Amino acid sequence: MSKILIIAEHSDGKLNASTARAVNCAGRIGGDIHVAVLAADPAAPAAEAAKLEGVAKVLTVANAANTNPVAAVLAPQLAKLAKDGAYSHVLAPNTTFGKDLAPRLAALLGVSQVTDIMSVNGANSFDRPIYAGNAITTVETPAGETVVGTVRSASWPAAAASGSAAVEAVSVDVALPSHTRYLGLKKEGGDRPDLQSARKVVSGGRGVGSEENFKIIYSLADKLGAAVGASRAAVDSGYVPNDMQVGQTGKIIAPELYIAVGISGAIQHLAGIKDAGTIVAINSDADASIFEVADFGLVGDLFKILPELESKL
Amino acid sequence: MKVLVSVKRVVDYNVRIQVKGDGSGVVTDGVKMSMNPFDEIALEEAMRLKEKGVVTEVVAVTIGEQKCEEQLRTALAFGADRAIHVKSDTAVQPLTAARVLAALVKKEDAKILFTGKQAIDDDNSQTGQMTAALLDCAQATFAGKVEIADGKATVTREVDAGLETLEVDLPAVITTDLRLNEPRYLKLPDIMKAKKKPIEATTLADLGVEAVAGLKTVKTVPPSARAPGIKVKTVDELVAKLKEKGLV
Repeated sequence: MSKILIIAEHSDGKLNASTARAVNCAGRIGGDIHVAVLAADPAAPAAEAAKLEGVAKVLTVANAANTNPVAAVLAPQLAKLAKDGAYSHVLAPNTTFGKDLAPRLAALLGVSQVTDIMSVNGANSFDRPIYAGNAITTVETPAGETVVGTVRSASWPAAAASGSAAVEAVSVDVALPSHTRYLGLKKEGGDRPDLQSARKVVSGGRGVGSEENFKIIYSLADKLGAAVGASRAAVDSGYVPNDMQVGQTGKIIAPELYIAVGISGAIQHLAGIKDAGTIVAINSDADASIFEVADFGLVGDLFKILPELESKL
Repeated sequence: MKVLVSVKRVVDYNVRIQVKGDGSGVVTDGVKMSMNPFDEIALEEAMRLKEKGVVTEVVAVTIGEQKCEEQLRTALAFGADRAIHVKSDTAVQPLTAARVLAALVKKEDAKILFTGKQAIDDDNSQTGQMTAALLDCAQATFAGKVEIADGKATVTREVDAGLETLEVDLPAVITTDLRLNEPRYLKLPDIMKAKKKPIEATTLADLGVEAVAGLKTVKTVPPSARAPGIKVKTVDELVAKLKEKGLV
């Protein structure tokens, strides 16, 4: 039977929702599910993790060195936990936290890693997206090797908070490096939701025409409580900064609602929105390829349509 | 200070990829191949540090078949001082690549390994972090800003919650994100000159690296297609549809 260790992601004393999604994925593998909470003060996130349906035990490692999520500091502790506990699987969410940490852990354990698990076919067989989701590949991990994997949040609903697992404090005796110092975190975007995790996203393309005109996109987004994205063309034209780019070489997102405004639908943009729930396209060119993937398309002048749409929401 | 930049040959980001009918992979024959865009950003950053006088030598490295030489030529056209081709007829897995890069960082006594935060073919985002683990050195992934001074790098990282800043001692592995810079356009004379520059060849065996068996790819299939959508005529109709789905 599998014995699965899930690395909890948390900040400001709260468990990140991606952890509950990883627990759900672990449930699909089946077996004993433990959650490891490494923090300066793990009590609050550990209490949240203990409630997740399917979790048998929560392990807490309290250490001032774990105040901030530094992969080089967390990885040796997790490697020790994984070896001492003889875990068959160690899973982390496929967030920037998990993507930074899991490969470091896998290399310390001398094993390969499965990135972005979207479905489980068995204890050693997983489906994952490649080419920004334009192909899905089934991979098998070598027999007898600890499986280190990251879980694609968009593919797994969160485990319910109906359980009551035991919480056990453990100490991990391992040397920690001093080569990395955490200087701080600056939260972005003000009140607007984060593009990567937002439930709704409004994006603008070259059709918006200028940085000034992008106001019309922000305005609609704020009415919807949505994040704002952009196509590569809009970024290259200087309308918006790089970090707003949605697409294969930008952010790959899966919001419930995606509204593409003045975006023609280049391949590399479409690759970034394939997993969106509902796609709405607004474009003056009826033949634009964005309409091939849109659930609802509206052909017309965005400068007439957007104010009307905003007023009717 | 010497820095290493690892670059990967991938299907060009503008190509609409085709999955082979027999499930054995993605069509690459006759398809335009390029340097992984995130690796171009890594290379650009190394070149800018050299132009500022912070870095003295930029060494580009790739691992793979003979044709990967094309991407090393691109790196030389960017201005890399040297290029190393680690020859392998089969594609290597991230842990093997990490062993190769760790061996080269040591051999070359490089202070920084720059590489893209992920390659746009396999989307693994593993090699840089694994290399740092094997070297037991610092890592700063998803870099959006890099400053080097006094044997240290201050790196602003693009994380889900915002912009995180780390200070790391060198040697370190830095993986590069989109916002770090915009790679230069290559000029024809530079491309022509790069054709004549030497490329050093080596192998996994020369570096004392054993390839891992790693993950076995069982099959590759296209994603399930989106159900065809509809065109609406008016804003009212659109709003009604979105309300029906509970989205607004």
